[in-house]
Order: sequence, then structure tokens, then C-alpha cells
Amino acid sequence: MVTPEPVFDKPIQTGPFRSLRGTYFRESIVKSLLVLCGSLSIFTTLAIVVVLFFEASQFFRAGTVTCPQCRHAARSTLETAGQEIPCTECGHNLQMPAHISLWGFLTGTEWNPLIGKEQDKRFGVWALISGTLMVSFVAMLFALPLGLITAIYLSEYAHPKTRMILKPSLEVLAGIPTVVFGFFALTVITPTLQLPFFSWFLGEFNTYNALSAGIAVGILCLPIVSSLVEDALQAVPRSLREGAYGLGATKFDVSIKVVVPAALSGIISAFLLAVSRTVGETMIVALAAGSRPHLTLDPRDDTQTMTGWMVQMALGDVSNFDLAYLSMYAVAAVLFVMTLALTYVGNVVRWRFREVYQ
Amino acid sequence: MSSLLSTPNSGMHPIGEISRRTKVRDRRWVDAAFRWFCVATALLSVLILVVLLVSILIQGYARLSWHFLQHYPEPEPRWAGIGPALWGTVWVCCVCGLFALPIGVATAIFLEEFPPQRWWTRKLHNFIQLNISNLAGVPSVVYGILGLTLFVSLAHLAGTPNQPAWEIGVRYYDQFWSLGDRAILVPITDPNAPPTLAQAGMQAQDYDGHPVAVTIVPSRREAADSPEMLQYTLIEGRVAGRITKSSWYHLRLPLGRSVLAAALTLMLVILPIVIIASQEALRGVPSSLREAGLGVGATPWQVVRHVTLPAAIPGIMTGSILAMSRAIGEAAPILIMAGAVFISTSPSSLVDEVTVMPLQIYDWASRPQAEFHELAATGILVLLAVLLLFNSLAVYIRQRTQKPLT
Repeated sequence: MVTPEPVFDKPIQTGPFRSLRGTYFRESIVKSLLVLCGSLSIFTTLAIVVVLFFEASQFFRAGTVTCPQCRHAARSTLETAGQEIPCTECGHNLQMPAHISLWGFLTGTEWNPLIGKEQDKRFGVWALISGTLMVSFVAMLFALPLGLITAIYLSEYAHPKTRMILKPSLEVLAGIPTVVFGFFALTVITPTLQLPFFSWFLGEFNTYNALSAGIAVGILCLPIVSSLVEDALQAVPRSLREGAYGLGATKFDVSIKVVVPAALSGIISAFLLAVSRTVGETMIVALAAGSRPHLTLDPRDDTQTMTGWMVQMALGDVSNFDLAYLSMYAVAAVLFVMTLALTYVGNVVRWRFREVYQ
Repeated sequence: MSSLLSTPNSGMHPIGEISRRTKVRDRRWVDAAFRWFCVATALLSVLILVVLLVSILIQGYARLSWHFLQHYPEPEPRWAGIGPALWGTVWVCCVCGLFALPIGVATAIFLEEFPPQRWWTRKLHNFIQLNISNLAGVPSVVYGILGLTLFVSLAHLAGTPNQPAWEIGVRYYDQFWSLGDRAILVPITDPNAPPTLAQAGMQAQDYDGHPVAVTIVPSRREAADSPEMLQYTLIEGRVAGRITKSSWYHLRLPLGRSVLAAALTLMLVILPIVIIASQEALRGVPSSLREAGLGVGATPWQVVRHVTLPAAIPGIMTGSILAMSRAIGEAAPILIMAGAVFISTSPSSLVDEVTVMPLQIYDWASRPQAEFHELAATGILVLLAVLLLFNSLAVYIRQRTQKPLT
């Protein structure tokens, strides 16, 4: 009997193995580069926080004056702003700056930093926040119901052919730059609101008004709301719908009484994300909402939002680092905190209150 | 308990009553009404889109011409154009893409393809992920403020845009006008030096850099009469004007209101979009492909380089192009960063001042005159055409490169 020749009597590779050290080295280089790119987002967040809060603290420090003789810091108040006041420690006359304090900034309702006299300057951010809130409110009044119903239609009712028209047009709407919506608000929505038909029961509209800016922001948010809500509705399992149909429910019953409640956490989080988007919207309000910061509830009037103030400051002469310019950073910090809180609450709502189905 | 059973509907829940009262016909009617309500609402968004596009087309088409595309934005609306802004958009978006796309894709690869091994790397991953989702929600004006502080003026730490702390690719000259109306240049080494005075023995050259011999005379009367001589004759003690000649690689720190500062700011704006889109694309690659790669002995990076990344490229490209079209249309951060300055030339280096199309449109739209509104509408048409071109490119790439993976 012939024994078969052993196949592996000599190694397949006779020479020395290629060293893997180079490969591992390259691997570690690539990985550290990737870590570097990834940590850029941490640096960005850090940079935003540091820049905003450092410059905002510069702004709040501008409300105090330090005595050149005894280094005693004197804080200007509403009464002493703009006057010469003797230092309480050494009696040296101090020229008081405008009144700025964190508390006055966060609670005040008057905003006029561009007035010439120091004693008349007021830094109460609620005048700007109210403008932002009003524009956001109008926008949400427009975008939420429309977006929700469009999403329900797209998710539950729409024939694939209708979807083929509707979905791309919403995507196109979502891709249009915001400055275009601002122009649209200024040249189409406002003149429409000024037509006799509307002014007959809504009253006279200013050329710049919160309502037209709000409607334009609402149009901007409509695709965002509808696509986010549609995602939430699509995530509801089919079995729930089929169970309801099995009980004899109509499509209306299924959508409104079963699917929408089941997707409620996603819907609310979509709404919050849309609100945070409207709060930060800039170009539309800069073009169509006007530039008069005041506390008002009248959407026919012109108003100024936080972002509108920032744009006004950026357009002005930036070389002088005066109070009004520094206030831009304090306003930006407020805006940043507001949007961050909205995003955070939106994410918490989505994950914490999510209904989990099999 | 027994009383509840005997009167089932007298309690808190009149369910049976409702279902008895609402007839099937009523529910059908509500369903049909709601359906039509939905159709009407959904068509409203299509209607809005149509009204928007038609109104801009009506206002803007009359001024659309080659002249508009090429000319600079003159104060006279009849001759104004969008040329510098168009080129500014091209410059800013190209530079922005060069930064944002590699960094964004690399971050996505890091987050998706290199799963954390130890507890602290897991923390790092989660923290980066949290940061990205927060940054996606930060309004773009805030990025503008960040860019204004960080890139434009380097947080006031070193130098100013006019007196940069570090500079390369630029030469400074003092320029004299000779008696024969010819520019005579004197190279300057220190840009902060006081302007030179015309005096005998200075190193002069003509505009093309050839050294010339200059005659200095005390007054006009003592100059020679021949026109050739007058071309190189200066009056003693004349003060020069400072000019610069910058090369294409001109760079400085701080960046000032330049192409590079605008591009870096926009990079921060679109980076979360690129990262999230790339992550989605990478997640869509079936893990069997990765496992096969690892099974034949490839290292994680080799798997990414040769298997995962090629498979995810269509999705990454689509997301990136959407992010780039966001960058093209974004005005707020650049407005905060650059302000509204009148710019009549296209940028020629990375630190030249720049304006982009949305900014130019804002500038025109914010003026009260109707002529400027028409210009803004025409600018919007150009902007939308550029975006359309870009997005159809995305669709084309998606159709060309998409192939089934499973």
C-alpha cells in the first residue's frame, strides 16, 4: 500500500514573514487622526461656551467702574448712570458708565443701548426675547398644525402617486435658503397682509411686522416638522394599526386615536426641535420683522428679535468695541442657552417617554 | 363590585353610549371629511412653493443676463451685477468643503467603525455623539459670532487684521507718482514703518519689478524738460502711498474678514450635518461585509478603506451635497462675521475680503427701493439655479453609484 505523500511536509512560505509592525504603526496613526477629527466637535462646543460667556462677562463688567486711586469697584445703578459720583472709599470723582447688571439684563423689558446719553441706556433682554417669542409663536401656530396634518396624510392616507408629488415639493421647500423666505415675507406676505381685505378685520399692518416674519418662519419650519413627525408616525408598528382596523376602526380613528398617541413623544420632540429652529432663525426676521425692540403682543407692529439685534450690530461699525457691540455676545449667550435647553428637552422627551413596542 | 356589574354604563366611562350613538355612517363621514381636509392641507405646502417660486420669477427674470452674472454690484441698479458674490460663493464653498468633508467623514468613521474597547473610550464616544447632536441644534448666528471672535480677530490675542501677527505671500511697496505720471515703487520690509520720503539713493523699481534710476529734484522748476526724463523724476520730500502686492498663497493670522474665515465658520455650521449623514450611510453597510473583511485578516482601517467606505460612498456623497447646499444658502453666520461691506472684485487669495450670494441678496432686499428688490429677486434666481444644479448632481451620483449590497 502506497502511503499518500504528506501535503504539509514543508511550509508554504519559505522566506521570512513580512513584518506587521508597519501595518500596526499605520493603523495607530490613522486612528489618532480620526480621534483628532472627532474631538473637533468637543473643541467647537468648548469654544462656543468660552467665547460667549467670556465676552458676555466683559459686557457685564462694563457696568462697574474701578476707582483709579483706591481700586474700589463701584457699580453703576439706574440713578447714578452717566453722572460723576465721588468714590465711597476715597472721594475721587468717578464717571459712571451705563447701568448694566445681570439681574437687570435678565429681567428688564426695555432695550435701547444706542441712545447717546449713558443714563438713558437700558439693557433689558426681555424686549428682544418677547420679539423672538412672538415670531416663534406665530411660526408654530402656522407650522405645527399644518406640519402635523401633512405628516399624518403622508404617513397614513397618501397614495404613492400623491406622495411622489408632495414629498419632493416639501424637500425643495426645505432646501430653499432662508434669505429667500425673508425676501418672500417682505415682498409677498406683507403686501398681502396690507390688502384691504385683511386690514378690514386685522387692522393696519406696519411695513415690517412680526406676523409676516412669523408666517415665513412657519413656512420654513413646515417641512422640518412634517418630516420629523412623519418619521415618528412611521415608527409606530403595523400591528397596532392592524389591531385597530380589526376592531372596525376607520382610517381617521386609526390615525388620530391610535397612531398619533403612540407616536406622541416623537411628535412633541419634533415640535421642540422646530421651536428651537425658529428661535435661532435670523435672515427672515432681519429682513421682515423690523428693528425696534420693544415689549409688545401686537403682531402687526414691528419688533426686533435677539437674532435681529445681532445682525444690526454686525452690520454697524464693528471697530468700536462699545457696550452695544458687547451686548451682542450677552444676547447670543441667552440664545445659545435657550436653543440648547430646547434641544435637550426634545431629546429627553424622545428617549424617556418613548413607547416601546415589540 | 356587584353594583358596578349591574349598572355597567352609569359610572365614569360612557363608552357603550358613545359607540351606540356614533353610527357607522357618521364615522365614515368624519373619515372622508378628514381625508379631504388632509389633502387640502398637504396641497397648501405645494401651493406655497409654487407661489414662492412664481413670485420670485416674476420679479426677477427681467434682469437676468450675462451682464448681471459678471458685473459687480454697482450702486446704480441698472448696471449692478452679482459677479463678485458668485465667485465668492464658489471660493467659500470649495474651501469649506475641503475642510468639512474629510473631517466630517473621518469623525463618522471614528464613531461608527472603531467601536470603543475600554470604559473611557466608551465615555469619549458618547460625549462626542452628544456634542454633535447638540451642535446640530445650535443656531447658525452663534457660529457666526464664534467665527467673528475666533477666526476674524483670533480672540484679540495676537495682532489685528490690519497689523497681522504673522503674514506670508504679500509684499509692501511705497508708491510715488513721478512728474511724468508713472508709478515708482519702493519695496518696504516693515509694513508698520512710516511712509518713505522721496530722497536721493533710494531703491526704486517700476511696476513690473525692474529697478530704475530715479532723479530727485528739489522742485518742479528744476526738472529736465524731456518727457522720458520726467517719467523717472520725483520731487524731493514727496510722501508715498502704501500699496500691497499679494500672491495667490497670501495668508495671515488673524484671518480678518476673509474667504478662509468665512469657509471655516461655514465648516463649523455644516460639520454636524456631514457627520450625521455619513454615520447613517456607514450604518447602512451590512455588517457581514465588515466581518468578511476582518475574517481574511484585514485590520480595522483596511476594512474601512477597502470595504465599508466604498460601500457607503453614495450615501455619504448625497449627505455631503445636501450639507454643501446648506452652506451655499447660509447667510447668517457670514453676515455676522463679515458685515455688509461693498466688494467689487472677486477674491484672488484666501485672505481677500469676500461677499457671498445670500449676503448680496440680503443687502439688496434690505434696501427700500423697488429696483433693488428686483435685483434681489434676480440674485435669488441665480442662487436657486446653483442649488438646483448642485442637488441634481446629488441625484445623479446617487443613481450612478447605488448598487445593492445584500
